[in-house]
Amino acid sequence: MTAKGIASVVPKQFWCHFGRNESQKSKISWFHISHIILLTYLWAMWKEISVLISKEVTLEWRQKFALNGILLYVVSAVFITYLSVGARGGNISPPTWNALYWIIILFSAVNAVAKSFVQEHQGRQLYYYMIASPEAIILSKMIYNTGLTLILALLGYGVFSLILGNEVQDHGLFLLNLVLGAMGFSASLTMVSGIASKAGNNATLMAILSFPVIIPILLMAIRISKNALDGLDWSVSADKVLSLVAINAIVAAAGYILFPYLWRS
Amino acid sequence: MRQSWWKILTIALLLYTLTAGLLMDVPRLPILNETIRALHFHVTMWFGMILLLLVSVFYSIKYLRTNEIKHDDMAIEFAGAAILFGVLGIVTGMLWAKFTWGDYWSGDPKQNAAAIGILMYFAYLILRNSMTDTQQRARIGAIYNIFAFAAFIPLIFVLPRLTDSLHPGNGGNPGFNAYDLDSKLRMVFYPAIIAWTLLGAWIATVRVRMRRVERTLEDRMINS
Repeated sequence: MTAKGIASVVPKQFWCHFGRNESQKSKISWFHISHIILLTYLWAMWKEISVLISKEVTLEWRQKFALNGILLYVVSAVFITYLSVGARGGNISPPTWNALYWIIILFSAVNAVAKSFVQEHQGRQLYYYMIASPEAIILSKMIYNTGLTLILALLGYGVFSLILGNEVQDHGLFLLNLVLGAMGFSASLTMVSGIASKAGNNATLMAILSFPVIIPILLMAIRISKNALDGLDWSVSADKVLSLVAINAIVAAAGYILFPYLWRS
Repeated sequence: MRQSWWKILTIALLLYTLTAGLLMDVPRLPILNETIRALHFHVTMWFGMILLLLVSVFYSIKYLRTNEIKHDDMAIEFAGAAILFGVLGIVTGMLWAKFTWGDYWSGDPKQNAAAIGILMYFAYLILRNSMTDTQQRARIGAIYNIFAFAAFIPLIFVLPRLTDSLHPGNGGNPGFNAYDLDSKLRMVFYPAIIAWTLLGAWIATVRVRMRRVERTLEDRMINS
């Protein structure tokens, strides 16, 4: 990329680092230059990622049956649970409500994310391999799957509230937890589905590889969700929320670093 | 691998661990009584497992950087030895728990985390066996090994500390350092960690050599 190209990509306000007065103007340090290079890089990366995300959304929209299928999966799973426990709204205890809800979300998320590397055939993957960087691909898939998992979780929440009763007392914390849980699920499941797709792609493999890896995230999410159900003060859950964020960061970073090696094979 | 001094050291340390660990004086404590000797076997095997897993992850990273199959041999065999110690550690832990906590399985967070960790590495073995191409198996195995280790560390080091655990040193229970006032237990504890780790490394290196021999024989068969 030429200097002119960089100048056009970097927004104007970043250039103001180069001195507000004459004496500073001459001192363009390496710090400034590295700052601009980093911002340019992030900006280019973000553009690539947003294009890839919109590609995912378009693909999903074209093949609506997959999306509708997974939505129906959530609704049917909730309904089966409802009939199996024989519970009417209100007479199911909060811990049971919580456990059932998260198990359903776990299974639907595994099913939803499992197809992220499957639905596109080999030739098209080769095409992406040539035009996009692996980092951008994994990040775009993770972000897209976060959205998808979040939609599933919200739908599940709606159906649960409708037929099993809504036991949640602290909606803010519950929703924050859903967002964090969706991030963690999609970060680990996206990476695992990539691994499973390289290894012959059977559903058993996806399940056995993802369940142990996802358990730390699931356990934290269930604990926070339990606090939200009981309407405890936020200070009680603060350290748990922080550790959930930290686990998400570890898993996402591991996926980000390892994916290029997977993609190359 | 031709050096034998560390194998002699392993045998000496293991003999020391077994005799001193079983016969030496231990602090007399209520409930724990003689079961405190599990410290030299159960706890040290877990330490050994973590160290062996670290070696395995190290070789997995090395494989991804160089693509040499010999690093993959080391990674899989060290993981195998670690799984062996993990299973032994969980079994010895269950025996100990039966006599101190009253049940083989009490749903303690660390017990659960250990079981999940074992599941993770069994999944690693199944993943490897599901592929036939050597290079692909090595690469994807290495990727999952590193990924699983990244998830395993918070599972065993972070999560159990957030809830009450029955384990010594957690949830208000005094750790072993509180009992070990005259450092007598330590005199067996640290050598025992080294002994189990070295034993694991020995098992792993022997199996790596077997793999190399098998590969060479196969090559000969194909080429002849």
